Parts: sequence; C-alpha cells; structure tokens
Amino acid sequence: MQRMLRAAFAALWFMILTLPVLGISLNTVEHSVVWRWDRILGLGAGIFALAMLWDWCFARKAAGRPVLPLPGGFGLGFALEALRSRPGLRRCALAVLAVVMLLMPVAGSFYQTNIMISALLYVMLALGLNIVVGLAGQLVLGYVAFYAIGAYAYGLLNQFLGWGFWACLPVGGLLAVLFGFGLGFPVLRLRGDYLAIVTLGFGEIVRLTLQNWTSVTGGPRGISDIPRPGLFGVSMDIAASTTYIYYLVLVAVVITIVVISRLKNSRVGLALQALREDEIACEAMGVDITRVKLSAFALGSCWAGFAGVIFAAKTTYINPSSFTFMESAMILSMVVLGGMGSIVGVVIAAFILILAPEYLRAFSDYRMLLFGAIMVVMMLFRPQGLISGERRRYHISALHGQGGRP
Amino acid sequence: MSACVWGGMDIQFFIELFFGGLTRGSIYALIALGYTLVYGIIGLINFAHGEVYMLGAFTALLVAGVLGVYGFPAGGILVVAALAAVVWCAAYGYTLEKVAYKPLRGAPRLSPLISAIGMSIFLQNYVLLAQTSDFVPFPNLLPPMDFLEYIDYVMGPSDFLILLVSTIAMVSLSLFIRFTRMGKAMRATAQNRKMALLLGINADRIISLTFIIGSALAALGGVLIASHMGQVNFGIGFLAGLKAFTAAVLGGIGSIPGAMVGGLVLGLAESFTTGYFSGNYEDMLAFGILILILVFRPDGILGKATVEKV
Repeated sequence: MQRMLRAAFAALWFMILTLPVLGISLNTVEHSVVWRWDRILGLGAGIFALAMLWDWCFARKAAGRPVLPLPGGFGLGFALEALRSRPGLRRCALAVLAVVMLLMPVAGSFYQTNIMISALLYVMLALGLNIVVGLAGQLVLGYVAFYAIGAYAYGLLNQFLGWGFWACLPVGGLLAVLFGFGLGFPVLRLRGDYLAIVTLGFGEIVRLTLQNWTSVTGGPRGISDIPRPGLFGVSMDIAASTTYIYYLVLVAVVITIVVISRLKNSRVGLALQALREDEIACEAMGVDITRVKLSAFALGSCWAGFAGVIFAAKTTYINPSSFTFMESAMILSMVVLGGMGSIVGVVIAAFILILAPEYLRAFSDYRMLLFGAIMVVMMLFRPQGLISGERRRYHISALHGQGGRP
Repeated sequence: MSACVWGGMDIQFFIELFFGGLTRGSIYALIALGYTLVYGIIGLINFAHGEVYMLGAFTALLVAGVLGVYGFPAGGILVVAALAAVVWCAAYGYTLEKVAYKPLRGAPRLSPLISAIGMSIFLQNYVLLAQTSDFVPFPNLLPPMDFLEYIDYVMGPSDFLILLVSTIAMVSLSLFIRFTRMGKAMRATAQNRKMALLLGINADRIISLTFIIGSALAALGGVLIASHMGQVNFGIGFLAGLKAFTAAVLGGIGSIPGAMVGGLVLGLAESFTTGYFSGNYEDMLAFGILILILVFRPDGILGKATVEKV
C-alpha cells in the first residue's frame, strides 16, 4: 500500500515536471496552444508502473539479490551454463552460428546484408572500445575520432594519391594508433573522469578540424566517390561488392574476437585488468603504468582505424556528421550493456542495439532515448552488464592438493 | 583616412569585443557554477548539466508562448517565464540527482559519470521527441531600453540584461554560500562529508540543495541566452555544457569564484579570437583550452592543488 502511494506520488511529480516540455504544443504561426493532456496522463500511468518496478528493484538490491536476473532469466543463463560446461555443445553452437553468418548474404536481401555490415562494424568498434574501457578501465568518450581518422585516411589517400583499399587498411589502422599514442601521452596522468572529458574534447577537435579544414577534407561536404574494395581486379556490381564487403567485415570481426580473447589472458591483458582494478596498487606491483596505458590506447584505437577504413569503403561517401559524440556514446552504451570486459556480452549488445531499431521500425525514433536510459539503468541495477566478463581464477594447489587452474 | 581614426575604430572594435566576451562569459559562468558546486560536493562531473540549461530555455519559451496566447501583459511575460524556467529546472535537477546519481553513491567512480552521460542523452532526446528537432524562434520580450542609446554599439538590451542578472545572481550566490546556515553547511559538506554528517548536517539534503541551486542558475543562463540569440534547439546544451565545464576547470573546479573567473576568461578569449582571427575555430579554442588546462594545470587558476591519497 505504501509502495502504491509512493508510486502515485512519483507519477504526480513527473506529470508536473514534464508539463511544459511534454504537455504544451505551441503553434507560433497560428498563435495557438494545444495542451497535450493525453501525453501527460499516459506518462503518469507509465511512471506509476515504473515507480513500482523501481521500488521492487531497489528492495531486491538492498536484500543483496541480483536485480535483473539475467542471464538467469529467459533461459539464457541455462543455455550459457550448458555452453560453458560442455565443449562439444559449444563447438556445435559455434558451427551453427558460423553457417548462419556465412549464408546470411546468400539467404538475406541486399538491404539485410547492408544492415548486417553496419552491425558487424559496430561489433568491431565496440570490441575495440572494450579493450580501453572494459579491460583497462579508462573511460574514453572520443572513440569515434579514431574511427573518423581511419575513414578519412582512406578517403584522402585515395583522393590525393590514388591508393587502393588494401594499401589503406593497414595505413588507416596505423594512423589511428599514432593518434592514440598522441592522445595517450598527454593524458597519462589524468584520473578517470578528467580523462573522459579530455578524450571527449579530443574527439570534438578531430571532428571540427575535419569540418573546417575545407581545402583538404572537403569540409562539411565530405569526400565522395570512394571506391569499394577490389578483389584482384575483378569488376563487381553493387550487390556483389556488398556481399564481398560483408565477408570482409565478418573476417575482420572474427580476427578481432580471436585477438582480443587471446589478449585478455596475456601478460598485457592481465596488466590492463590490474590497471582497471586499482591504478596505484597496480603500479606498486611493478607494472609499468605508462606502457600499459599507452598500449591500451594503441590497441583500442587500432580497431577503430580498421573499422573506419572499411566504413569508408562501404558507404563510398564520408562527412564529419558521421563522427559526432553521439556515435561515441552509442558505442559506449554497447560496451556498458554487454558488460565491460566481456567479449560475448559486447557482441550480443552491439547486435541488439543496431538490429532492434532497424527491424522494429516503430521503435527507431526512440533509439537514442533508449540508449541513454540503458546507460543509466545498467549502472543502477547491473553495472557488470548483461554478461559479466569472466575473471581467470587461480586455486592454490598446496591447499587443495590438486592441479592449479580449474 | 588618418591613423588616428584607424586607432579610434580599433578601440571601438576592441570595446565591442570586450563586452561581447563579457556577456558570453557571464553565461558560461552561470552554468559553470552548477558544475563546480556539484563537483565540490560529490566529486561528480554532472554531464547532464548542459541539458538542464537547454530545458530552461525551452521551458521559458513554452511558458512565454502560452502566456502570450492567453493575453498576459507583455511586460511581465519574460519575468514569469524566467521564474517558471528556474522553478522547473530546479525540479529537474532535484529529480535528476534522486534518480540517476543518489543510488550510485559509493559505487566506483566511473559509474555515476556513465549514468550522467546516459541522462544527458536521454534528456536531449526527450526534448527532441516531445517538441521538435528544428530551431525554434524565441520571442523578443525585452522592453526597449532608451538609456542604452549612446552605447548601443557595445550593448543591446539583452546584453545589458545578461550582465545585470548574472551579476546579481553571482553576488547573491556568494553571499548565500558565505553567510547563511545552508551555505555554511554546503561548504562543510564540500570539505568533508563524513565530518559534516557527524556534526549533524543532513548531507542528502545539502546535495539536493546543491543540485537545485546549480540547475536554477543554469536555467537562468538558458533563458538569458535564448532571449539573446533569439532561437532554441534541443542540442544547445551539449556545447554550452562543455564550454561551461571548460570554464569551471579553467577557474579551478570546486571553487566558486574560480567558476566566475573561468567563465569570463573563456568568454573573452572566444570573443577576441573570433574578432581578430576567425570564427571557424571558436569551438576548438574552448576544447583546446580544456585539454591544455587539464593536462598542465588540472587545478585551474584559483583551485588548490590536490594530492591523491591511497
């Protein structure tokens, strides 16, 4: 009962709060006002339900139980557990997934292939950002700058020097790494939140440079007629070359996943995770913070550079408005939703966040609204993400009398 | 044309830029105060603060529109609209803290920051969906000010209003912080929250109060800038918020006079760069200053050096 009262009060509060912006519709031409009471009442009802849910969630949180019983819910937890414990099943599932992904452009339409390409590009970006944010715990808000650098590297090298896609792919990655170093050096000393703001500033500076340096970058008009990637001089129509790009991105994503999962438990990867947990303790343990931070920046930005080159080749047209802060925020919300440091989680989250708005059209207007809400809700109720990143555990063999790692 | 006239024109141009910078700077200072107050007390960069400023501009616009349609006397519209914006934004700030930040007290440092970024995106899109993505014209509600006739090349009515209102707001904030019980409690909480709690200060209430004051100031800034620029858009909060944050950092985040000084310095720097060089790189200047300050002197002009303790 008390809970209902509280919820009713919250609903009333939000109805008053949103009255001006949501409730008033002003027509400046006809000089009239429309009061949108329907919206306000709808919102009130929604808030009432949400407030009940909110209370329930906090009650659970206070009781120490997980709030969102994911991945336990939806049978997902069961499935994951089965996959984890039975390697045979895991191999089967991977094989099915591989076949589905391989047949995708054959079975699906041109439109669907295009959507899958951009979803895969975001997977790549999210995994790259996951190295910096998830593994190393350095919140970078200007990640899209490296993506832009990759894209413009291809666009400009092609326009001025006539370089092809395959020559530009490594160059784009390398340039992004160089910029990553360039950003990394000055910000080494900064703490978490200052670092976030500086990288945000860096991202905006890169975008504004691209926008204002009209003589080189074409300014807001951008660069058009970027060639699609070639395949030993075979000429392809748009459909064929889209399919080709799809496979290219697929391979790139697989490589990314393999590299990052190998990286995670390597010497560098463990150092990154130590850095995330406690910077000072990490330094005290003899880890060279400078080197680790720089390698995090370099590794993270490298993938964005590659993704940028592929993006330019896919769209054949780039301009600065593709590289705004909102893109960075979107990639960040994938990492946050998926679970910082978790590869599977981030891949799933990237797919959900890109594909859901594409296939549920009614929902696509509310896309950014939901991204914002997801970031808040995840932080409040499930900071480890949908699928939390696994930690490698050690058992001390002398105590248990048997093998080291389980 | 003689050199003397050239010199005269130069000085006139200089004065024009100077006052332009002051106007701009006082708006930055008003918003920067919100960042600095919140950072001083809970150590959070309230990323959604720029959005509160935008909401202030929108609320004032809508309330003014409604009053205009229902035939409210023109002279009072701006005052009522500004008051409504201040009240509603204070409520927004309060709610923001309760929903997105309060449950995260004691969480790892980055959690509230990510939550704040989420809130910022959420609020932007809330206004975008509830109103429009276009620029909306803001009605000119200022009474004519005849006494500005002789200096109208430096200062129009809206510039005058901005300088007047922001000076009053800043002076009264300083007095409030310095002399009232609540202000003292705020300073105490900023210095040491645990100690303040032990001395019987209700820290939760002080934090709410901080958000309310910061949001009210931001709303004031929003109304002033909207009536100065004559148009409003859902995206204006992002850039303004970042620049105000730059101002706060420039002056020394956590320091109230620092936010004011930082705002004015940034405003003047932008105005002179635009006037003497080129307007294209105006936004980059702010970001450049932000990065340089954070890297080389993170404590700002008036801030005290902090040492991170284990």
